[in-house]
Amino acid sequence: MKKGLKRLDLIFKNEHDCDVILKKSLNRSNEELVEDLISSGLKGRGGAGFPTGLKWKLTAEAPGDEKYVICNADEGEPGTFKDREILSSVPHKVLTGMAICGRIVGAQRGFIYLRGEYKFLIPELQKAINDFHELTDKMKLPFRVEIFTGAGAYICGEESALFESMEGHRGEPRNKPPYPTDAGYRNRPTVINNVETLAHTYSILKYGPEKFRDLGVKDSRGSKVFSVSGDTPIPGIYELEFGMTLQKFVDDFGDGDAKAVQVGGAAGFCVPRKKFDKTVIGYQGKLTGISLPTGGSMMIFNSSRSMYNVLHNYLDFFVEESCGQCTPCRVGTQQLLLGIEAVKRGDKSSQYLEKLLELAETMRVTAKCGLGQSVANSFSSIVENFREEMIY
Amino acid sequence: MPHTGEYIKKLAERHGRRLESLLPILENVYEDHHIIPEDAMVEIARELDVSAAKVYGTATFYSFLETSKGGKYVIRVCKTITCMMHGKNQIIKELEELLKINLGETTPDGLFTLKETNCLGQCHRGPAMLINDTPYTELTPSKVRDIINEYRLIAQKSAS
Repeated sequence: MKKGLKRLDLIFKNEHDCDVILKKSLNRSNEELVEDLISSGLKGRGGAGFPTGLKWKLTAEAPGDEKYVICNADEGEPGTFKDREILSSVPHKVLTGMAICGRIVGAQRGFIYLRGEYKFLIPELQKAINDFHELTDKMKLPFRVEIFTGAGAYICGEESALFESMEGHRGEPRNKPPYPTDAGYRNRPTVINNVETLAHTYSILKYGPEKFRDLGVKDSRGSKVFSVSGDTPIPGIYELEFGMTLQKFVDDFGDGDAKAVQVGGAAGFCVPRKKFDKTVIGYQGKLTGISLPTGGSMMIFNSSRSMYNVLHNYLDFFVEESCGQCTPCRVGTQQLLLGIEAVKRGDKSSQYLEKLLELAETMRVTAKCGLGQSVANSFSSIVENFREEMIY
Repeated sequence: MPHTGEYIKKLAERHGRRLESLLPILENVYEDHHIIPEDAMVEIARELDVSAAKVYGTATFYSFLETSKGGKYVIRVCKTITCMMHGKNQIIKELEELLKINLGETTPDGLFTLKETNCLGQCHRGPAMLINDTPYTELTPSKVRDIINEYRLIAQKSAS
């Protein structure tokens, strides 16, 4: 590819200077470090986009005898696989970010919550942790990281469900507030960050916040690792700048026949071809047109794909992964699935789709956690943009 | 499970007796025995000083923990969108023919269980499956035949 989007190499860059970065950072005050993170503009890379520096600051300020740093490696969103790659190729960057976060907030224990599907990563990851402990011991930094493995529940990627799971309960999300910064794991102040977010802190501490800020656009600073799959000749993991239009993305990664892109996985939005050039990839903010946040999942569908089958697959996924705790999500996901099947069979008229759209919107307002709330994202964007495919 | 009490006690000593140790203990039991039987759950409850219902509740929440007996090798084929687009149905059909069982069943010799699962995080290399903890990607029917043969050989060797 001659022209096209600029490829970056910050996250996966082969650099091993944890000791230098730790030493340099630990000699600075917590306030300075937090200030750097805030001014870098780094936001959570799991998809929700909470400013990372602020999260660390709030946790540092929260009263508590014990605090924790948790790396969320429960990467379950369909179409994302970048955290697996980060943990297998540059785990030391993630660990360095965790240790410095620990110093800032006053935590001595860190956990990596690794999804059960990624158990095969454990031997190498444990080795990286052991090496890292040797380093921190030498520096007399009291910080220890443990791996905690999940067991095949998508919902445990939701932070409060993740805490429940670690505490030995069913992975059912809690009410918010309180937020993890005040009451997270074991009800103590907890920083919980996505794998990629922590890896970015390494680069920010190494190169300074300006270099990170220079990338991306207003409200969406820095680079982002994208997981590209579906109908593309070059599926894989790519680090790109925030702020690109979907059109540019499709020009680079599509197979020339892209009819839709699912941005942000099953919980994200489906964008049809006619909106490619108006859609910008980045967090909500003052961007022109529509801006779509993403945890990095980009799935491309070409014109041979039935969007009904795509939506059916997503709903099937949500029905299974709904924790069952709250009624809007448990019943809503099932009814949406039954509903589109009924319309397709002709048992219900096409007007019934309006009812289903209403139901999805009700779920957005009433479901307890992000899972139930975000079903409406993919449901509404597919039904509204590909209505005829739902019926015929 | 023979000597369940002693076995669970050992696990409790290894992982701790707080509620936070519950999931690690359950995972350990499943890894060792490919099932979390009722008597083990009762013993875990006793060791951790919680109700058996609590242990059952947690054990049955997670799709990778099974409370009924599965095969020595549990095959989980990813059925989520991109693996579906890249032909997971063909892979399942091939596996059903090879193993002479349907989806959800275990072979009579107790060697294989065939299941579907949600996204394995291998979307760029689909179709994908896990056999126990090991991922296999970019599957084709012939690749699947080779993999199954390999497992059968391993099982034969360990039996003799």
